[in-house]
Amino acid sequence: MNNKHYDAIIIGGGHNGLACAGYLAKAGKKVLVLEAAEQLGGLGATREFAPGFKASVAHTLPQLTNKLVNDLQLRKHGFELAANSLATVALSPAGQHITIANGEVQGASAADAESYQAYKRLLGRFADTMDATWHKTPPVMTDGGFKDASTLGMFGLKVRSLGKTDMREFMRMIFLPAQDMMDEFFETPLLKAALSWDYNVGNKLAPRSPNNAVLNQLLKMSGDMSGNGELPLPKGGVGGLINALAKSAKAYGAEIRTGSPVASVIVQDMQATGVSLENGESISANHIISNTDPKTSFFKLLGVQHLDVEFTQRINRLRMNGLVSKVHLALNAEPKFTGLNKANGRIIIAPTMQYIENAFDQAKYKGLGEDLALEVIVPSLHDNSLAEAGKHVVSIQVQYTPYDIAGGWDAHRSTLLENVIKTLEQYAPDIRSQIVASELLTPVDLEQQFRVTGGHWHHGEFAIDAWWMNRPAYGASQYKSPVAGFYNCGAGSHPGGGIMGAAGANAANYILKEEK
Amino acid sequence: MPLTIANLLKPEQIAHVPNGSLGSPFHERTSPLNFNQAWEEWNGFLAANYYRDEHLEYFSTRNTCGVLDVSPMNKYRFKGPDAEAMLNRMVTRDVTKHPVNTVQYNIWCTDAGRIIDDGTIFRLSQDEFMLTCAEPNMDWFQLAKVGFDHVDITDMSHELAALAIQGPTSCALLKAMGFKGIENAKPFDIVKFPYLDGEIMISRTGFTGDLGYELWIDPKNAIALWDDVFSTGKIFGVQPLGLESLEKARLEAGFLSPYVDFHPALHTMDKGNDHSPFEMALSWIVNFNKGHFTGRAALLKEKQAGKHRRLLKLDIEGNKAAESAILYRDAACQKQIGYVTSAMWSPVVKANIALGLVEGKYADGPIYAEVYHQKELRWIRKVCKCTKKTKPFWAPARAKQTPPADT
Repeated sequence: MNNKHYDAIIIGGGHNGLACAGYLAKAGKKVLVLEAAEQLGGLGATREFAPGFKASVAHTLPQLTNKLVNDLQLRKHGFELAANSLATVALSPAGQHITIANGEVQGASAADAESYQAYKRLLGRFADTMDATWHKTPPVMTDGGFKDASTLGMFGLKVRSLGKTDMREFMRMIFLPAQDMMDEFFETPLLKAALSWDYNVGNKLAPRSPNNAVLNQLLKMSGDMSGNGELPLPKGGVGGLINALAKSAKAYGAEIRTGSPVASVIVQDMQATGVSLENGESISANHIISNTDPKTSFFKLLGVQHLDVEFTQRINRLRMNGLVSKVHLALNAEPKFTGLNKANGRIIIAPTMQYIENAFDQAKYKGLGEDLALEVIVPSLHDNSLAEAGKHVVSIQVQYTPYDIAGGWDAHRSTLLENVIKTLEQYAPDIRSQIVASELLTPVDLEQQFRVTGGHWHHGEFAIDAWWMNRPAYGASQYKSPVAGFYNCGAGSHPGGGIMGAAGANAANYILKEEK
Repeated sequence: MPLTIANLLKPEQIAHVPNGSLGSPFHERTSPLNFNQAWEEWNGFLAANYYRDEHLEYFSTRNTCGVLDVSPMNKYRFKGPDAEAMLNRMVTRDVTKHPVNTVQYNIWCTDAGRIIDDGTIFRLSQDEFMLTCAEPNMDWFQLAKVGFDHVDITDMSHELAALAIQGPTSCALLKAMGFKGIENAKPFDIVKFPYLDGEIMISRTGFTGDLGYELWIDPKNAIALWDDVFSTGKIFGVQPLGLESLEKARLEAGFLSPYVDFHPALHTMDKGNDHSPFEMALSWIVNFNKGHFTGRAALLKEKQAGKHRRLLKLDIEGNKAAESAILYRDAACQKQIGYVTSAMWSPVVKANIALGLVEGKYADGPIYAEVYHQKELRWIRKVCKCTKKTKPFWAPARAKQTPPADT
């Protein structure tokens, strides 16, 4: 046993773990962060994927808040934005692109441009309503105390204060599929496809899927770095934010160790008292806080022998299979998209919602579609730290690529990469000749390289049944777990995934309040 | 052969309406003996309610020995390096301290600490267990297995035929059958003997509270075993037993019956209609010192609160069985405090006995049962004073003696 004893050990140096460490250290706690990889950040780490070319798996920060940035003095520690907000560009095969920027739609019908204002107003109000929940410990429904009742009541009050009309719409729309929302407001297929993107990406959802696509959209509107629903691009990739979080935590006194995979949590007399590292070392602490996904936390690190049967099954049945792959391309020149002056926005390649749905249908049955829906960003157009001058990085999210693809990923890797390039070529005819290197990260790669079960970005589906007091599952939704001393602070906990840091911050606040 | 109706009729002439249930491995022998073809369904098998006379059968468990076909019992095998840890986290007793070749009575609860079922665990080796229980439980075992990669659970109900031989002459009978040294088996011991062309497992267990054993054998040798028991057993007063006599014997012994004394939690709809081990007087098998197990947190909370209902052993005035009786705090029947779950006139104890579930705060005070009984169709109501008993109604010394005296 290491003779040093900590107030808290955080397992996993991703952004939530570092945010949790920052808040705890700032409150005077003795904190140790243990990261398995040699580099901090997990899916937010900016890595050199080809000599001279860098990218992070996550690429934008729509969910980051100024509160977190200010609380942890991240700007002082080097955090900055490369672009305040990226425009969203819906590419049309015919070159008739639609741009959504500065709260306006351009390139769609006049009716759509007008509807967008009503749509934006309503969603903005909904997003403000949800704000009452994201940054607080969720309530529990049975045997909760005054605090739980008040959290629940505050949310109810917030919903009520939308006024009769908007409240009715909120209650009706929150469960709607993306397609129904789009059809209610818009007529241009290309616009509908682009606007439906954030409703579904990262989850096992497509435009026609029921279950809370609207809730997803609202989570993606939770940040305020450059206003509701805007898309900030960090300098240095998301790794820029990670570095600032790490520096901040260290400045507050936290210790951070990379290359230190934890083998298991030590439980003595039904209390988590420390961790055993894979190298055999043991370290003790009062609080063991896991930033890994819930299945890794409870099954691999803690062990189900310390948990009840029904609770274990709630964790076991969490939907953890990722559907998104990431492609990074290294280009020797600036990519040119037909009819687009500069590819400096967030480009959505999906001509219609049907196109997206078709790709999803294939994935549902463990297949891979030829026409893939893509979100494409060229961060190097805003940030010269990612590639040499004149050279560029293309960062692409690919939907839908099932974790459990029939026949295994080895049989499909080259097909997937080829399909992505072929799809891009339809809009950027010269792009193939510009590629000097590429990286493909399937959900299985994400699982293996970043230790996240199923390669799921959000550490489990974000859905009504896995939201708020049910995230990750009843009995562990308040960051604490059934085992005293063992906590969770990752995306699997409320409020969920995305580069937000709220789960980490909320967990730290919960632990600090619990101590009082 | 005595001249009886059963002997005059051939088995195929005895009226039998097929109901989809299977005959047990002993059916070829039990069916002709079942005078009225009085069967009930037990886990998909035909189980005799009684063969000829339930009273006679009941008395055999107390005076000679009775033989009950318990083959329909659910039997599950847990095998593998994780079997011990998996079971230990599922049940309330400490499985890590369960010696090989012994049997332990056990219960398993939900996360909320409510009883799912009870049963007996046979530890066959370091990493192999057999669990027997009256109700099917595979769904729960599969849930309880989640996270334990190195344990295989199989439903082995059809792999073993089983006979319970219960009563004062049971040990003598087994000795006469050639099971040398069986008298040295202590209660809950498991011993194995070569038998016929294979092996027989004998455990000193049973559900009657008397001296008794259970015999476990490959179904292909079931008939031969039955014949051996009954031919050797003639001078020991061996008698086939039906479930009705068992129900009496188990109540005298103070054993619980699912769906009678407790409602299994997974099949309970309304809050409060299921039961905790404390309510069922099973605190003696809830081990808080063994580390974590499912339901532990909830049970600890319940124990500390101490407000739970309590299942009491009651000796009730008079001789009319207090079946379905409501229990009161006062003779005027003003304050209802519980109800009777099982009741009978016990011929061997010579007492009117019952199990009653009573609200915790009234458990230490006076208790009255409102008993209804019929006399030539006329209903009579009686309020009877109840006396609480702390020991099983029937617990003869021979049930625990090793070796038991030859009777």
